[in-house]
Amino acid sequence: MFDTNELVINMGPQHPSTHGVLRVVLRLDGERVVGCDIVIGYLHRGIEKLCEHRDWAQIVLITDRMDYVAAASNNLGYCETVEKLMALEVPRRARYIRTILAELQRIASHCLWLGTHAMDMGAMTMFLYAFRERELVLDLFEEYCGARLTYNAMRIGGLPLDLPPGWERKVREFCAVFEGKVVEYEELLTHNRIWQARTKGIGVIDGHDALAIGLTGPPLRGSGVARDVRKDEPYAAYAEFEFDVPIGSAGDTYDRYLVRLEELLQSIRIIRQALDGLPEGPVIGRVPRLIKPPAGETYHAIESPKGEIGFFIVSDGKSNTPYRFRVRPPSFCNLQALPQLIKGHLVSDVVALIGSIDIVLGEVDR
Amino acid sequence: MLESLVFYSLAAFILGFGVLVVTARNTVHCVLFLVANFLCVAVVYVMLAAEFLAVIQILVYAGGIVVLYLFVVMLVSLRRAPDTPPDTRRQSQLGFILSAVMLAEMSAILMYSAARPSSAVASAPAPAGGGNTEMIGMLLYSDYLVPFELASMLLLVAMVGAILLARKDV
Amino acid sequence: MIETYVLPVLKILVLLNAVLVSVTFMTLLERKVIAWVQVRLGPMRVGPHGALQPIADAIKLLLKEDITPARADRWVFTLAPIVSMVPALIAFAVIPFDRDVTFFGYRVPLFIADINVGLLYIVSVTAIGVYGIILAGYASNSKFPLLAGLRASAQLISYEIAITMMLVSIVIMAGTLSMVGIVDAQYRAGVWYVFLQPVAFVILFIGGLAETNRAPFDLPEAEQELTGGFHTEYSGMRFALFFLAEYANMIVVSAVAATLFFGGWLRPFPNVPALWLLGYVPGWVWFLLKTFVFLYIFIWIRATLPRYRYDQLMRLGWKVLIPLAIANLVVTAILKVLL
Repeated sequence: MFDTNELVINMGPQHPSTHGVLRVVLRLDGERVVGCDIVIGYLHRGIEKLCEHRDWAQIVLITDRMDYVAAASNNLGYCETVEKLMALEVPRRARYIRTILAELQRIASHCLWLGTHAMDMGAMTMFLYAFRERELVLDLFEEYCGARLTYNAMRIGGLPLDLPPGWERKVREFCAVFEGKVVEYEELLTHNRIWQARTKGIGVIDGHDALAIGLTGPPLRGSGVARDVRKDEPYAAYAEFEFDVPIGSAGDTYDRYLVRLEELLQSIRIIRQALDGLPEGPVIGRVPRLIKPPAGETYHAIESPKGEIGFFIVSDGKSNTPYRFRVRPPSFCNLQALPQLIKGHLVSDVVALIGSIDIVLGEVDR
Repeated sequence: MLESLVFYSLAAFILGFGVLVVTARNTVHCVLFLVANFLCVAVVYVMLAAEFLAVIQILVYAGGIVVLYLFVVMLVSLRRAPDTPPDTRRQSQLGFILSAVMLAEMSAILMYSAARPSSAVASAPAPAGGGNTEMIGMLLYSDYLVPFELASMLLLVAMVGAILLARKDV
Repeated sequence: MIETYVLPVLKILVLLNAVLVSVTFMTLLERKVIAWVQVRLGPMRVGPHGALQPIADAIKLLLKEDITPARADRWVFTLAPIVSMVPALIAFAVIPFDRDVTFFGYRVPLFIADINVGLLYIVSVTAIGVYGIILAGYASNSKFPLLAGLRASAQLISYEIAITMMLVSIVIMAGTLSMVGIVDAQYRAGVWYVFLQPVAFVILFIGGLAETNRAPFDLPEAEQELTGGFHTEYSGMRFALFFLAEYANMIVVSAVAATLFFGGWLRPFPNVPALWLLGYVPGWVWFLLKTFVFLYIFIWIRATLPRYRYDQLMRLGWKVLIPLAIANLVVTAILKVLL
């Protein structure tokens, strides 16, 4: 049909399926993708530089805007890093509540991922069902901290607010409702032959390559590597809970889908355990009025819904602001796998793969 | 009277479209005029009470074969080869010879058919013993079975050949 | 005189109007049904519960600027939506809504023509409809819509083969190609053909989804397709004509399914005299009801299923449906001879 030269197609930055302002330049041979170049930076806001001019408490606000789909995880990662730098003790109640918020955030993020992933492949009803559940989580967050997307929900040393009355009951009700919904999602997609035809065998990456590229989170676990920061280096209150980490085997899109779906159920399990064992006590530790960590540097990572998000902070001990604030964004690192995943597939698979990696451009570009 | 009117206007259309097929500049237009030609021929078939043939003409000829022509024309037009100036003198010589042969043939046919009495011009009464479809079916499977099977073998060979040609040797 | 000229013209007028109006309101039906599946309400503002939404859409589309791309082929550009729409409309000529009704003393058969190759007529007319897509892709004077148009028409042609073979099995059972004849044959057999030919019904349904470019076979028109569909360069009413033609095709496929497999205008259990009460419902009401059920299923499927990739779609058509249709044909023929 075409000459044997490569055909170059540009996808994005405005495109309904790139989940943000991502530009992918595809090189095709006929219908097959031979290679791709990814152009990012359309959402770069200079967050890391900005943070060098904000004091430590203000930075929590900025971390919200990185992975804006899972803002509470960013807050948690940053606060814990600074607490590690300052060797602060976070009260037990605060750690439990932080865990609950982080897991609720995981559910919300995976719901958005599921909805958009399915919609990209034509199952548009999933989008509305998944967002219906996401709305429930956002309502819970709104009741807790007053915001639906950018929460500013944590402070260095704990939490700004204790739980409002009745919140725990509402979270339990949500858990009960949500389990039934996950069954619904399974019925709609998991055993659907069209869904399987679109996702099985697409974008296979094996464990070694995944580790070599630096994948983390569900893409890594879908390839069979058992690595989850919640289990390997527990933070917040994860060490006290029992939960399983779903591991895939084939490393294809279908396995990544199954991993995330199972993570939804495990999150419910963690939330229930946290609610059952919620201790009394203060929600914020003994934090100095002016937060000034001693000179030094530290790196701390947590498991955000997208993967391992790490914060590397250097403090010079003198000024009110960090000397260097560096984020290891999981979406950015996972996106690097796209050229390898795409190779040899058809153009129609590109949207499936971008959705399968689950990126948020706010995090990729910062 | 109405039948003659319809027939002669159809004939005019058929001839007109035929001429346009040959003379249109744009290849896609040529193909479209060919489709229109076939549709008019199908109407003539209907007038001759051969409705099965009419529908098959549309289904197979206009709806299948010409679609294939259209595919080829459009795909070829994508890769536009450099236009070599056509050799008009040689073409018109060849055209003359061919038209002369055609003319001789057609006059022979006309004289032959004028010598024998022919049936009515346009329409024919519906044949007895079932409609057009049944009659064709009976004939095809009894008297003309061998040509029918041979034709299907021919189509099968063509199909296999096409698949082999189009297959990429990976 | 009245019967040969006036009544047919009247019937044509009524049918055309009915089809065009239903096609317009099908847009509303689709939006509402998909909305209800997705736990929302759909259009609610224009008219009571959004009932006048199609009129608002039509006015908007008619008032839009009619853009013809500068270097496109003007004749073909104008022709393409017409070639898409007309076959969908004329296919209704042979669809029987009822055997006859008495209308001011005249017995009016509720079909425009009962030709003895009615079924084949519908198939051939649908084959002409393929040209609309090819020409639309071509007329856009751009590589990607052209290729998308060729792909879409290749899909249509492939599934046409499966449908035609499946139709032959029905013809074997009924012994005639005429639509009215097929319904009569079901009446004589006393059972709807869907019970005798379930495989053929499934093939018709899946093939019908593919023929009308509906989900899950709607990759050529999906928004997520990178290269744009065959209708990229069309705007305003011309664009609308393509989609109205798609809905009209849907109605044709539903009507054909209702006629061939579900007894057309026959009431359920037509030979059981105990259910005579059902006989008070006119035949065309049954017919419209059955067609409507199929349309609803079409829309339901669109709301639920993800879409196939193009190569998977073609594989399904060629490697699954066509062998299945041939096998069905052979088995039907053998059984017909034996029984």
